[in-house]
Amino acid sequence: MSLTSKINNTLNKWMRGAGPDSDVVISSRIRLARNIMGIPFPKSADSEDSKHVVEKVKDVLSDGDNEYGLKLLELETIPALEREVMVEKHLISPEHAQAGENKAVSLTDDESISIMINEEDHIRIQTLLSGLQLNEAWEINNKVDDYLESQLNFAFDERYGYLTACPTNAGTGMRASVMLHLPALNLTKRINDVLGAISQLGLAVRGLYGEGSEALGNLYQVSNQVTLGATEEEIIDNLQGVINQIIEQERSAREALLKENELKLEDRIYRAYGILSYARQISTKEAMKLISDVRLGIDLEIIENVSANILNQLVILISPAALQKLAEKELTSTQRDQKRAELIRSRISEN
Amino acid sequence: MLCQSCQEEEATMHLTKIINNQKKEIYLCKKCAQEKGELAFSAPSFSFNNLLAGLLNNEFTSKSTGSSLGLGYQEQKECENCGLNYKEFSNSGRLGCNECYLEFGNWTERLLKKIHGSNRHNGKVPQRTGGLIKVKKEIQDLRKQMQAAVEKEKFEEAAKLRDKIKELEAELE
Repeated sequence: MSLTSKINNTLNKWMRGAGPDSDVVISSRIRLARNIMGIPFPKSADSEDSKHVVEKVKDVLSDGDNEYGLKLLELETIPALEREVMVEKHLISPEHAQAGENKAVSLTDDESISIMINEEDHIRIQTLLSGLQLNEAWEINNKVDDYLESQLNFAFDERYGYLTACPTNAGTGMRASVMLHLPALNLTKRINDVLGAISQLGLAVRGLYGEGSEALGNLYQVSNQVTLGATEEEIIDNLQGVINQIIEQERSAREALLKENELKLEDRIYRAYGILSYARQISTKEAMKLISDVRLGIDLEIIENVSANILNQLVILISPAALQKLAEKELTSTQRDQKRAELIRSRISEN
Repeated sequence: MLCQSCQEEEATMHLTKIINNQKKEIYLCKKCAQEKGELAFSAPSFSFNNLLAGLLNNEFTSKSTGSSLGLGYQEQKECENCGLNYKEFSNSGRLGCNECYLEFGNWTERLLKKIHGSNRHNGKVPQRTGGLIKVKKEIQDLRKQMQAAVEKEKFEEAAKLRDKIKELEAELE
């Protein structure tokens, strides 16, 4: 297999696509938490119960009506490295990647829909789309939920809504999140004001890989915290409203940067471009920072010969597990730094 | 330099304490520092679960709730379906099964309110449950109407409503 086709195998829909507002919004995600009535939640369930859950979901998916082509895979049958790649691609959570008995995942071919089985809840349905497409993602996820619900009896209470293992997810069971690229707000030192305001609005901000992770490459995840009391549409509207504001702020910060100090900004971007084009070894952290600069250069039309979704792609491709999958072997950290630099050089010169 | 406490390990922690203007220097190895509680940095990580547990514990130790059940009762309380008890919940921040929500009803209500600012769901309803809920609501409404009719001595109307309620109740079963 050629490197290009291997890379394409590694990339999925949201990384290749460029959705609405993709100059600032990388991806939109909706996740629904569901449990089957009467069966203890995964942490309290015994192995028989958990097996039952997997079997039940498998039965539904193997039904002829499965228009999504969702296939169920037991995590134990997937090599550890592949599972890591799934985490890097945001298809499963880091906890779920640790596998174990009766843990499973179900994916569509384009990987836009993924279902985690026996993670913290019995079922977690996720839709991931490129750019700002929260409503679209909700529509898809809602349909998948309807389809599963037509054959599974979900734990639901009139007062508390969908019942989940953690009370912070009860009610709608919905987490809507958006991944943002905010280099100019960071450069103009306004990021903390913006992020502070967000958290006052009942929304949470996290780094690239969820809870507790660092905001590498100026990438931030913003999501709703409250899941009970409002309707799904209200939650999405609320988040979307805030995101629209942040997009405006980021765009005006970019314009201000260009106006006030175009030379300095250009210099920064071209230096980043230069290093990425010629470096022989590079760490994830440095690469993420420079990719962010180049991506900003592309969005500001300073750099024109590199394609815009290079950031989306490289962010995933240069992660440790994805690199090793491409290399088809385990790599030491030095080897990874070398491979990473190689991969970045070839991706950047390809265009 | 050796640890001042055990005199065995290399001292890796250098602490300067100033108490009442008295400066005191202490050299400890990591283990002794931890044992003596001098190592604030290695305190158990402050996780989301701790926070949630904090909400719960505060709930039952605070005087304002005036719960006549008392902490002892709550700690003994156990979900009949999955066996999870209050203590396990407050440690992990997770419930054991859907029955837990009802078993621990009283504090589920209050906890959800604390977390979400609301404890009533307004979002999506599963279609199969959705049908039932709708019927239940309708029955409730009809009962009120029937009561009103009886009060106004409109017995004929009340009888009609009663029959309709019976029909709907049969549907529920």
